[in-house]
Amino acid sequence: MAIRERLSGNEAVSYAIKQINPDVMPAFPITPSTEIPQYVANYIANGEIDTEFIHVESEHSSMSAALGASAAGARTLTATSSCGLALMWEELYVAASDRLPIVLALVNRALTGPININADHSDSMGARDSGWIQIYAESNQEAYDNFLQAFPIAEHKDVRLPVMICQDGFITSHGVENILLEEDDKVKAFVGEYEPEHYLLNAKETMAVGPYAVTNYYMETKRAQRQAMINAKKVIMEMAEKFEAMTGRKYGFFESYRMEDAEYAIVIIGSAAGTCKAAIEKIRETTGKKVGMVKIRVFRPFPEEELAEALKDMKAIAVLDRAEMFSATSGPLGAEVRAALYSAKSQAELVNYFYGLGGRDITVEDFKEVYEKLETIAQTHRITDMYSYIGLRSAEEE
Amino acid sequence: METAYNFKEVMNRPERLAPGHRMCAGCGGTIAVRAVLRALHPEDKAVIGNATGCLEVSTYMYPYTAYEDSYIHNAFENAGATLSGVETAYRVLKKKGKINDNYKFITFGGDGGTYDIGFQSLSGAMERGHDMVYVCYDNGAYMNTGTQRSSATPQYADTTTTPAGKVSAGKVQIRKDLAAIMAEHHIPYVAQTTYTGNFKDIHTKAERAIYTPGAAFLNIMSPCPRGWGYDPSELMNICKLAVDTCYWPMFEVVEGKWRLTYEPKKKLPVEDFLRPQKRFKHLFKAGNEELIVQFQAEVDRRWEELAAKCR
Repeated sequence: MAIRERLSGNEAVSYAIKQINPDVMPAFPITPSTEIPQYVANYIANGEIDTEFIHVESEHSSMSAALGASAAGARTLTATSSCGLALMWEELYVAASDRLPIVLALVNRALTGPININADHSDSMGARDSGWIQIYAESNQEAYDNFLQAFPIAEHKDVRLPVMICQDGFITSHGVENILLEEDDKVKAFVGEYEPEHYLLNAKETMAVGPYAVTNYYMETKRAQRQAMINAKKVIMEMAEKFEAMTGRKYGFFESYRMEDAEYAIVIIGSAAGTCKAAIEKIRETTGKKVGMVKIRVFRPFPEEELAEALKDMKAIAVLDRAEMFSATSGPLGAEVRAALYSAKSQAELVNYFYGLGGRDITVEDFKEVYEKLETIAQTHRITDMYSYIGLRSAEEE
Repeated sequence: METAYNFKEVMNRPERLAPGHRMCAGCGGTIAVRAVLRALHPEDKAVIGNATGCLEVSTYMYPYTAYEDSYIHNAFENAGATLSGVETAYRVLKKKGKINDNYKFITFGGDGGTYDIGFQSLSGAMERGHDMVYVCYDNGAYMNTGTQRSSATPQYADTTTTPAGKVSAGKVQIRKDLAAIMAEHHIPYVAQTTYTGNFKDIHTKAERAIYTPGAAFLNIMSPCPRGWGYDPSELMNICKLAVDTCYWPMFEVVEGKWRLTYEPKKKLPVEDFLRPQKRFKHLFKAGNEELIVQFQAEVDRRWEELAAKCR
């Protein structure tokens, strides 16, 4: 029987770590992910797990030490947010190219400039091309569930890639919600033992990690990483099915909400999907308009075909990005969804919004306005604002 | 654990850095690696770490590795952190009964990866007290990228970013004393050495560093024929002049206790060390006599300071 609890997102992920009892965790504190290493340090201090914690002096060293530990053959994880992830940037690429199944609990927070400690996706979106699998959560339950699936995906022989389990800073990391936890023995059986094939401390063979690869070899390593990402799609779905068999909770690349008969869709990532669902219920109840939502769970690898299929019959689509990429056009999710629809020769109208940067609230009213806008676009076939910000302070307010 | 130094026995141990790598003739870095790895007891396994640099790109060029042991290169500035991760994995996997063999952990970085860009990572690893040895092969500049100055470059050296010119006498600043900074981390073992005589000094220190439990730091002056401008065959003479002029003192700090391991019978003037190197050529031009006087004064000051610590 699953255990009913009330936990914050950070507590939920820490609890998953406790149940997994990984070998090594290097970490450096940064808001809002700091609680995760704190909880783990407490589990260790009380003899509840035998993980070795490395008190590194920076996030760069955190990922560097994680890389060393993982290459040595240890099941390894770390946690960070925002600038911490930015400081790891160089190492993220090395970890992926070394094909090390490190798991990173990322608590999404805005990147500095100006400094801000609240949620947006600028940190993980900045790392989207680093070769890491990225899985996002709407709720504490999803953060916990995703974390349990992380190591089996990362360590799968057809994948061998690092995995980033993302949740929104403060909104889920610090917000306490009802949650269902799985029993320890079930978690242990699901996650399994880590048995690497090649590792530094293997008595039967020596191993060299991190070569200088000249032009003759470099490109093949990238193609191999691409193949691992392609393979990851299958493995992610296999793990989701296995997880559903254990818990009854169903996961995929994304969640389709009220999409069966929908004409207007919002595509979104993370906790704001909950607010969007509330707006959908309200709109359907009061107007009967056919609105729906697609919430991306797996952003890397990107489920291009599946997403295009889910959106193909929409009259209009709004993609909501919680990160800028300063192309002066789309945000990162907007660009990828548009590309997916183009590949599928979809004629659906599409607009791209930016919302929630630095933790700005997005409300049910905001979502209602987006759906109204989509309806107008579908009727007029005219898009006046291809890219716009939601909830931006007006000049008069300054 | 320690046995009397037997030159023949030590030199006849199997090489743990195989030949066929691409390091230059007359390079001190390669000698550092071979000398340190010879101090490993043959029955012990090891994981060798490496910061990005000449050594890394010349000894592990895909698909060939020159290392007989397991080896990990990660990036330029994180050899300390990376090996601390390996060492931690070893401890936990041993505790969990997943591995049984004995491993030692030794990482190599040049002065760029150690004094400068990797300084924080090194400091963290030493402070945490991982059972590992960090070996700096100090050739006094960023040699892999073509002899740019580092904080280990001696004053007045002509480098590609501190060129001697009409209005420049080379590097302005004096060098950082990294061994002393590491000693101030209060780790169990710190030593500074180079290649002299029958290699007893470097061998003894490497063995102590490897077999002292906890963090250890070895600073090895490793001349670079291209960056310093000497004939490759002159390597050992350059090292001898470095120690006999007291430019490069050899010492160790055992549990906080400083000890000189070599004192020249007759301290030679530092110009004897400077003269054979092209990087100091400009110091011997008429009108620059004062620069050598200053260089000598700095060598004397540091030697006195060190001697006082060792008393």
